[in-house]
Amino acid sequence: MPSRLLDLEPGAGPRGLAAYRERGGYSAARKALSSMTPADVREEVKKARLRGRGGAGFPAGIKWSFVPQEEGRPVYLCVNADEGEPGTFKDKYILGHNPHLLLEGIVIAGYAVGIHSAYVYIRGEYELIARRLEDAIVEATACGFLGADIQGTGFALDVAVHRGAGAYVCGEETALLESLEGKRGWPRLKPPFPAVVGLFSSPTVINNVETLANLPGLIRDGSAAFLALGCPQDGGTRLFGVSGAVVKPGLFELSVGASLREIIFQHAGGMLPGKMLKAVIPGGLSSPILKADEIDVAMDFDSLAASGSMLGSAGIIVIGDDTPILRVLDRIVKFYAHESCGQCTPCRLGTAWMAKLVRRLSAGEGRQGDVTELERVASMIRGRTLCPLGDAAVLPVLAVVSKFRDELETSIPPESRRA
Amino acid sequence: MSTVLSSGLKDRIAALAVRYPRKQAALLPALHWIQDENGFIAPEAERDLAALLEIKPIQVREAVAFYTMFHRRPMGRYHVQVCDNLSCDIRGGATVLARLQERLGIGPGETTADGKFTLTTVECLGACEKAPCLMINFDYHGSLDPDRVDRLLESLE
Repeated sequence: MPSRLLDLEPGAGPRGLAAYRERGGYSAARKALSSMTPADVREEVKKARLRGRGGAGFPAGIKWSFVPQEEGRPVYLCVNADEGEPGTFKDKYILGHNPHLLLEGIVIAGYAVGIHSAYVYIRGEYELIARRLEDAIVEATACGFLGADIQGTGFALDVAVHRGAGAYVCGEETALLESLEGKRGWPRLKPPFPAVVGLFSSPTVINNVETLANLPGLIRDGSAAFLALGCPQDGGTRLFGVSGAVVKPGLFELSVGASLREIIFQHAGGMLPGKMLKAVIPGGLSSPILKADEIDVAMDFDSLAASGSMLGSAGIIVIGDDTPILRVLDRIVKFYAHESCGQCTPCRLGTAWMAKLVRRLSAGEGRQGDVTELERVASMIRGRTLCPLGDAAVLPVLAVVSKFRDELETSIPPESRRA
Repeated sequence: MSTVLSSGLKDRIAALAVRYPRKQAALLPALHWIQDENGFIAPEAERDLAALLEIKPIQVREAVAFYTMFHRRPMGRYHVQVCDNLSCDIRGGATVLARLQERLGIGPGETTADGKFTLTTVECLGACEKAPCLMINFDYHGSLDPDRVDRLLESLE
């Protein structure tokens, strides 16, 4: 299978415009702008079944179709480059190593939806990468691939880079909009959805970096070829990031629907010497954990959902048998307690309470009923928050409790277990 | 270390603000610039910035307090930020943090007496393929162990 997003030598620096064009770069944007109508492009993306790579997996072509047409208000594109889901490091590679691939994708998306202004909201820690992307924007504008009259077609599109400042919740699309507008990142009540009332009260499309980076290949080779790379409901390839107790942690571009077992044991080189597989978190920290005997699963949105987890950002965290499950749980609950934005009471208080309970268990001071109490607190957060962070905090906790309950209970001192 | 905005900084921020449909949108980039120049965000700087962006000082404070990358007091010359999320933890992140605490003689959230180092723990930095990792100011360092921490600290003046 041809590698489409990751065709760079390991350790290579950022690919400049000349090198990108030598490999056919910007030919897909030129094809779209000169020989397709915006409706053609939208239809092609729908037929390719390109699903959002940020985590939720919403079909990109359908998301675009929610934008009201010809209303007079400007339409914005916000590129979600906030990449904060623990275990995820894929967008960093596209942004840092192949920025023109993203920019070409932005041109195609902009043309398809009628957008003339795009913002790349990039996590604050990616400071060096943000500067590289700004350099690439200058380069592309100088050569007429961005700006007032792209390749003489009359289509105009400007791109600006906007850095976040350390807040996981800003990866949630309405929090991202608030943050871009210069406010703290508190998610908005929906509806209205961003496609109708988004950035600066205008219709807004929010797409993940990897989603947009798929567009040049999709348009160049056509939707049928794109769809054939993946699954019938979920086209293309994915950047699978593997971290944790494996021999070769890293990023692997494989078909959507690749086997989780093969990703871990072939591509990532299997377990570190002396360790046995205990569990896998398959799609970033928010995705429910899988036990070692549950990894014969295809890595596409529908298969992972059917197995009780989710593909999410495809950040795979591999856990060895030397890691106590309580330690895993502690890292999970600590993270959400820190990142809850504080707007919704169930999430603000619930995540802090879960963290407190797990800290008590970790300190060997657990009491009988603590594990059940953890489940109870989790269930009080679930479904009661404005944004998905609440559920993201709950689902991994419930999965750990249901799959590793015995191990958790053994952390409670015997005397208090009897009490 | 300055607590107010230099005239050069004010000019840059004013020029940036008019590039957005609403001036307030320049808040985060402006705060990054202020912190890069002043080292931290002082109340005086918040007031200056609010005036430039035509918003209330409390709106600046809300953002400064909300985002973990903004600091309201001076930090060490080297801000050492150690990831303690799961992927780094699995590969020995705790031993990296322990060595840093031992060598610097401070705990997370503290600054050395000479003002050289501030140590903090942070959530996932997006470099899990090189776990355990940390950032010093804006530079990433990965695949660490206690010995590499020693060498890293020795390389810093």
